[in-house]
Amino acid sequence: MATQGKKKRSAHLSHLLSFVRKEFRHMLRDRKTLLILFGMPVVQVLLFGFVLSNEVKETRIIVVDQAKDAVSQALIEKIEASSYFTVLTDSLPPTGITDAFRSGRIKAALVLPADLQRDLLHDGRNTVQILTDATDINLAQTIEGYLTAIITDFSLADGMAAPYVIVPETRMLYNPELRGAPNFVPGVMAMVLLLVCVMMTAVAIVKEKELGTMEVLLVSPMRPALVIISKAIPYLILSFINLLAILLLSVTVLDLPIRGSLPLLLAESTLFITTCLTLGILISIVTASQQAAMFASLIGLLLPTMMLSGFMFPIENMPLPLQVLSNAAPSRWYYVIVKDIMIKGAGFSSIWKETAVLSGMTLFLFAVCLKKFNIRLSER
Amino acid sequence: MSTTATPHSIVADGLTKRFGDFVAVDAVSFRVNKGEIFGFLGANGAGKTTAIRMLCGLSIPTSGKGTVAGFDVYTQTERIKRNIGYMSQKFSLYEDLSVTENIEFFAGIYGLSRDRIRTKREELIAKLGLVQEADKLVGALPLGWKQKLAFSVAVFHQPQIVFLDEPTGGVDPVTRRQFWDLIYEAADAGITVFVTTHYLDEAEYCDRVSIMVDGRIAALDTPTELKKQFGTGTMDSVFYELARGAKRGGA
Repeated sequence: MATQGKKKRSAHLSHLLSFVRKEFRHMLRDRKTLLILFGMPVVQVLLFGFVLSNEVKETRIIVVDQAKDAVSQALIEKIEASSYFTVLTDSLPPTGITDAFRSGRIKAALVLPADLQRDLLHDGRNTVQILTDATDINLAQTIEGYLTAIITDFSLADGMAAPYVIVPETRMLYNPELRGAPNFVPGVMAMVLLLVCVMMTAVAIVKEKELGTMEVLLVSPMRPALVIISKAIPYLILSFINLLAILLLSVTVLDLPIRGSLPLLLAESTLFITTCLTLGILISIVTASQQAAMFASLIGLLLPTMMLSGFMFPIENMPLPLQVLSNAAPSRWYYVIVKDIMIKGAGFSSIWKETAVLSGMTLFLFAVCLKKFNIRLSER
Repeated sequence: MSTTATPHSIVADGLTKRFGDFVAVDAVSFRVNKGEIFGFLGANGAGKTTAIRMLCGLSIPTSGKGTVAGFDVYTQTERIKRNIGYMSQKFSLYEDLSVTENIEFFAGIYGLSRDRIRTKREELIAKLGLVQEADKLVGALPLGWKQKLAFSVAVFHQPQIVFLDEPTGGVDPVTRRQFWDLIYEAADAGITVFVTTHYLDEAEYCDRVSIMVDGRIAALDTPTELKKQFGTGTMDSVFYELARGAKRGGA
């Protein structure tokens, strides 16, 4: 009896292997899809990484120079000398800054206090104020970074009378908490995994239905559930490769650190991939054509998830019904997890809730899949 | 095991399938002998597909009894699946896989060992005259060749019974004739052939023919007997006589 069970299991394994091999052949032979699958994450990461952050060039800035002394002059010259900023020389009272921001004439302002040189000589330190237009968060952050760097560099520069410290005090206007900051890598990860796992899996399974090969597979001794699982495995592997590619790109090219534990990040990602695969399988069970499957994944799932995951729009700013609805989007939870691990360096203790939600969703979807699948089998 | 004791490949005894109020298959009873070529005819909507699905273990009957290859259609569907082959009109293999890869895949999911697949594969490719095309994608083959290959793949694991659901749809008469040569060959090797078709000249090639009308079997006999019974010279008119009274379908 025991040997029979063993035999059976190894038979299942060999079925599975022939199936997975065949599935990879399908995938590798479809060059166009392959290009999209592997090209998309790379392009998206680079696009979000470079195109958006390279915008800081000759940004118009107003310097409100209340000091008008040697130090302030030198600092202004240094800012102007960089290619990043164009200094508008209008002399404005601090209240006029708001109007300049509103009219879009400037993207940033630097306020130098009247006693700049005196305090520096006296205390060895002083504080200047940087104001940025944070309606465009990405830009505001970059401007702040560049300006801070210039000022720090200036205070350390040779030839100054004493090694004094100018502390830039930054205030982000209009969006001081920086919600929805472009933590695009977690967003891109969620999006790519969703696309690959949900859409590609759904389409691949429905394709067999359309071609009529699904019928033949179901008549074969392969268990129906095994058919579905074998179809999902190659996409699981593919998603993992994509995941690693995105992480590698963001660490090497974009200098984005992974502050938390990498194994934890990978484990959580595997959980999310499983959720997505289950979703893709569910779509493939309830739809009958490739178009319908694609439509269901794209319009019914991908777009709302992108919008509701907090990646593009901060959830806190949404109307209440949408906020409630956003809880149903798996990527919302994954997005938080990735952000916490990668950027905040959080451990499992701070993301257990999100993990539990994702696990619950996966189990629920899996149960629905099994039920629907069995109904399909007996009722057609 | 009861397999050896049964003289019949397929036994249906009052087999019925209902979907709600609709009776798709209404208490059909028939027996198919081993090695027989059994034609299963009927207009669209007559219940052929549902009947085949029950016999293949894809659909559990609502009532009635049935065995396929000696296995029960309610409780032993897994075993049935291991002992049958299946090919449908829609099925024309994976077009983006080569001839060799298709054979390997389908043999693989029927659990054949790699060595056996390799030797049998070479034999088959040689027999079908596809040596030159072995590594070509199936999509590049003409339809007739695809159908022949599909049939050969369906019987590759040497099942006791092969179910053919309109296997020759859209194929020209010459290729159809060649296709039937393959069917005869399989039957000679002891494989029971259960075939549905729309081409009534093909019904003549069968050992026995059953004609379904509105979920019931309206006639079942050898083609010669049926023609005698209905006093006509062709299966065409036999079919027409029976099918014109049908309330369902619209072929």
